[in-house]
Parts: sequence; structure tokens; C-alpha cells
Amino acid sequence: MEREILIEVKQLSRAFVKNKGFYGKIHDQTIAVDDISFNLQRGEVLGFLGPNGAGKSTTMQMLTGNLAPSHGSIKIGGLDLMDNPIEAKAMIGYLPDTPPLYKELTVDEYLAYCARLNKISNHKLQQAINTSKERCGLTEHGKRVINNLSKGYQQRVGIAQAIIHSPDIVILDEPTVGLDPIQMIAIRKLIKELGETHSVMLSSHILPEIQTICNNVQIINQGKLVFNASIEQLNHHMQTHSIRMKCRHKVDVKKIKLLDTIQSVEIEQNTMGDEGDSIIIHCSHQHSSNDSSLKDSLLTEKGQNAAIDLSQQLISIAEQQQWGLYEIYSEKQTLEDIFMSLTCVDPTHEARLGARLGARLGARLGASREKALLETTEEARQGADT
Amino acid sequence: MIKLIALRELKSLFLSPLAWAILAVTQIILCYQFLAQLESYLQFQARLSVLQDSPGITDLVISPLLAGAAIILLLIVPLLTMRLISEEQRNQTLTLLFSAPVSMTQIIMGKYLGILGFLSILLFMIALMPLSLLLGTRIDLGQLFSALLGLFLILASFTAAGLYMSTLTKQPAIAAVSSFGLLLFLWIINWAGNSTEGESVLSYFSVLNHFEPLLKGIFSSADIIYYLLFIGLFLVLSIRRLERLRLPH
Repeated sequence: MEREILIEVKQLSRAFVKNKGFYGKIHDQTIAVDDISFNLQRGEVLGFLGPNGAGKSTTMQMLTGNLAPSHGSIKIGGLDLMDNPIEAKAMIGYLPDTPPLYKELTVDEYLAYCARLNKISNHKLQQAINTSKERCGLTEHGKRVINNLSKGYQQRVGIAQAIIHSPDIVILDEPTVGLDPIQMIAIRKLIKELGETHSVMLSSHILPEIQTICNNVQIINQGKLVFNASIEQLNHHMQTHSIRMKCRHKVDVKKIKLLDTIQSVEIEQNTMGDEGDSIIIHCSHQHSSNDSSLKDSLLTEKGQNAAIDLSQQLISIAEQQQWGLYEIYSEKQTLEDIFMSLTCVDPTHEARLGARLGARLGARLGASREKALLETTEEARQGADT
Repeated sequence: MIKLIALRELKSLFLSPLAWAILAVTQIILCYQFLAQLESYLQFQARLSVLQDSPGITDLVISPLLAGAAIILLLIVPLLTMRLISEEQRNQTLTLLFSAPVSMTQIIMGKYLGILGFLSILLFMIALMPLSLLLGTRIDLGQLFSALLGLFLILASFTAAGLYMSTLTKQPAIAAVSSFGLLLFLWIINWAGNSTEGESVLSYFSVLNHFEPLLKGIFSSADIIYYLLFIGLFLVLSIRRLERLRLPH
């Protein structure tokens, strides 16, 4: 069943003028968001990823009417944000990257103001405030002045403000920044809950967070949408394609190569100091990513089963041959790897970033895995052809 | 919605010491002026009473008091209006208003009326001084209300101009200085026109020139319309400016 589309973004662009010359002649402009199109359906949690300055916040500001786009159209629940701003904005709850707090007010006063701004009637007011305080763990802080709260609590007030009128669309710009781990888990749970009845769009730098709470992921880099997929497709991207095993004694690689579905076997330098081996085994259940999503998930399941079979086979061989197996696990390509491989296309940029962050290794790893993935699919295709 | 924004503005004002300080300082200074004026009036009273058509206490005490109030508030209103938009822009709380289902007009009108509400409280407290004279003598109530109306209109104009200046910058201090400059300039703009005979265009633009007749009790619709146009102009400019904040620039 097609679900109701709550946000429809078409070819959205936003340029900032860097230097404005005389007579208003534009000399230099930066394009923060470049030709982005996507939809958000009811009951969907959309994760928005990207390095700093990629245009995440700009996009969110445009969606909430804080910035007017240079080009393109935004429809909120079928209403154009430019033509019917008031009706459209009533459907949105927004937490910007800096929570918009009037710090001289108490939490209760502030939330009451936000609720009234969003046209909540007087008799529902108290209930709305209580619910949103409870959801954000602020019940005991209602009487405190916001300025005296810690950063994490101020962030909670920001979230409470965004959900107070239970809007159809909740847009959160890095909602879990500054929160303690317990609260982070609570907020993630809250976002999941919200995602069941409303739509949520959130940006974050914490990739596992996106992985656990979102059912759609978008990666934006230098203003362009470089990756847009459901979490299933992403999991397929990240499926097991290698198994790593560590043994106490010497391993006969030939024995492993005899097994089917083995692509290649690598021996790693052993870090344990004894004669044992650490081995990476690549399996050959890769397939083209151009298949339809249904097929994909089936294939992924098949691939997953193959990986399980293979590891069981490995365990039994290791037992027979007395290799002294003490560790075996499947390696997955993480969201980080995909993120890095997609956002670091420019090699000089990558080098610069890598040198600074010490993340170069991760990027290379991601890139090489991506390459390996492509190679294996290529080989699989050739195999199918012959 | 306008009322809500106005009330929050008023509440925030009273939560900071600024509002109390402004109320106290204006009251003290005007009180001193009032008492000094009253004392000199008492000294001249005997001599004045023999003159025919002599100016009464309303002319000699109340009008100068309210004229003094206008000058003091010329200095104070920019301090009240400076934070209106610029501080919200700086603390990024403007986002809250921009993402809420309210129009730019409602935001500006709410902010404007919030400050106007505060100034009405101030005006009421100033009005108590001339009204206290009713205990001992008779005053020209018509002239008093005309002068109070003039003071109210001039304050409303100051607020509108200050609000517009506040939308132009993120720095409250710059907003305060520029609105003070603008108001003072509009106050003294008739200096250039004084040398030539009759009414010049420049003196017509002066805020002061339209206030003086009202102080004397001359209620001319031209003066009222001048203030209303002044307020309207700056409010429309503020709304336009606020809308422009979102556009590509």
C-alpha cells in the first residue's frame, strides 16, 4: 500500500553569495544545496548523513521555512511551503542545531509559549506540556529556569518543544548531541515511537544511531545527494562478505580453498606471537546491486545462510585438523565505510581529511572493500555468462 | 497570536532588571523635573495672577514635564527596542517563530505591541504626576490628554523606528546606536529649516514639530496622521526586512 507522502522535495537548491560586488552584481557564490529531490512518507524515519558543511542543516532550514530556497519546490502534506506557509508549518516540529530557547523563562513557561504558538487550545495545553515533558524526561524540571539547566537538559527542552503539538513531521537536527548515554537511548526510543505514527527526519554524525533508528538513509556531500536507500538496501550493501578466523596453530590454506563459495583466502600477520594464523576468507555470494529490492533481500538472506554454512564448515574442519580455532567472526561493511567511501571521492580532499583525522585507513579500507565488491560482482556476472 | 508574542515580550522585559531600571530612572528624573518646575511656578504665581490671559499651571508645569519626558525616552526607547529582533537572531531563537505557524506580520506586530505595552505602563506612571495636581488645583484636562496622546504617539513612532533598526543587525548595541542616531536626527532635522522663513519641507519631517502643537493642546489631524504614517512605514519596512532574512542574499 502506498503511504501518504508528507514531504515532497523537488530539485531543491540554495546558493549563498560570498562576495557581493557593486550594483548587486554577484561575483562569487557557494552552492550549499544542489538539486536535491526526495520524498518522506508517513511512518518513515529518515536519517540524514553528511560531513560538516555538507548542507544538512541548510536543507532542514529550508524544509521548515527558515530559509527560502533559490530553486525548487517543497510540499508539506500536499501544501506548497511557499504558497501556504502557515498551514504547512503547523504540521512541522523542528529542532534546529542550536535549540531556540528563551533562557530567562522556566521550562513550563517556555513550553506553554511554544504550545500556544502552535495553536494548542487552552484546555489541552497542560496535557500537551505534561506529555512532552514526560517523553523527554523533564517532568521534575518544570519549575527551573532554562538558563540554569545543563546543556543536555537544554537539548531535551529543545526536543520537547519540537514534539509539543504532536506534529505530523518532526525534523531534528542532531537531536542527541550533548545527551548522556541513558538519555540518548531514551531519545532514540522516542524517535522510533514517533516514527510509527508520524514521520521523522533527523541528521546525525553518529552512524550506528542512524542505523538503529532509521528506516531510510540519505547521505549528502557537498550539497549533493549521493546516497538514498532504505535500511534494507543498506544492510544488503553491508552484508557479510568475509569471515575472519584466528587459530592457535598453523593452518593449511589449501584445505580451506577446497570449500565451495570461497573467493579468496588471505593470511594476516599474526599478532599473538606464536605460530598460529589469522585468516580472512572472502565468500563468493556477492551479486549485482541493480536487482530489485525484493530479490535483493532474498539474495541477502541466501548470502547470510551461505556465510553461516561456511563458518560451520570452517569450524568442523578446524576441529578435524586440530588448528586450535579460538575466534571466528563475520565481518560486515559498516555504515562508516559506505559513508567514507561516498563522501571522500576527491583524493586530495580525502588525504587532507585523513591526515587530519587519522581516518585515512578507514577510508582506504572502505574504498578497497567497495572495489572488491565491484570486482566480485563483475566476476559473478562473467561466471553467469559463461 | 499577536497577543501571545506581545505578552511574552513584556514578560521577558520584566524578568530582566532592565525594565525595572528604566521605570525607576525615568520616574526619578521626571519627578525631580516636576518638583523643580512646580517650585518655580509657585514663586511666579503671584506675579502671573495679575496678568491678563496668563499661562496656567498646565502650560507652565505639565507641558514642559511631558516635553522633558519625550527627550528622556528618546534616549531610552532604543535600549528597549534594540534586542527585539537582533538578539533573537543572535541567540537563534528566531527559528522558533519562523518554524511556528505565524506570519511575519504577526511576529512584528507582537513584538511592537509588547514594547508599546511596556511604554504604556511608563506613560501611565508619568501621567500620575500631573494628575496629582488635581488634589490642590484645577488643570486643563483637555490639554493634558492632548499632550499625553502626543507623548504616546511619539513613543510609538520611536518604537517603530527602533524595531526596524533591530531587524537590520545581529548586534543589539549597533541597533541601539543607529536607532538613537535616527531618532535624534529626526528630532533636530528642522534646524536647517529655521533660517528660512515659514515652513520648510525639512521642518515638516521633524518629529518635534508635530509634538509641540499637541503639547499646547492643539489637536490637528495632520499631526496625528504624520505619526500614524511614520509608524506604518517603519512597521512595513520591518516586516519586509524580516521576510528578506530568509531569502537568498
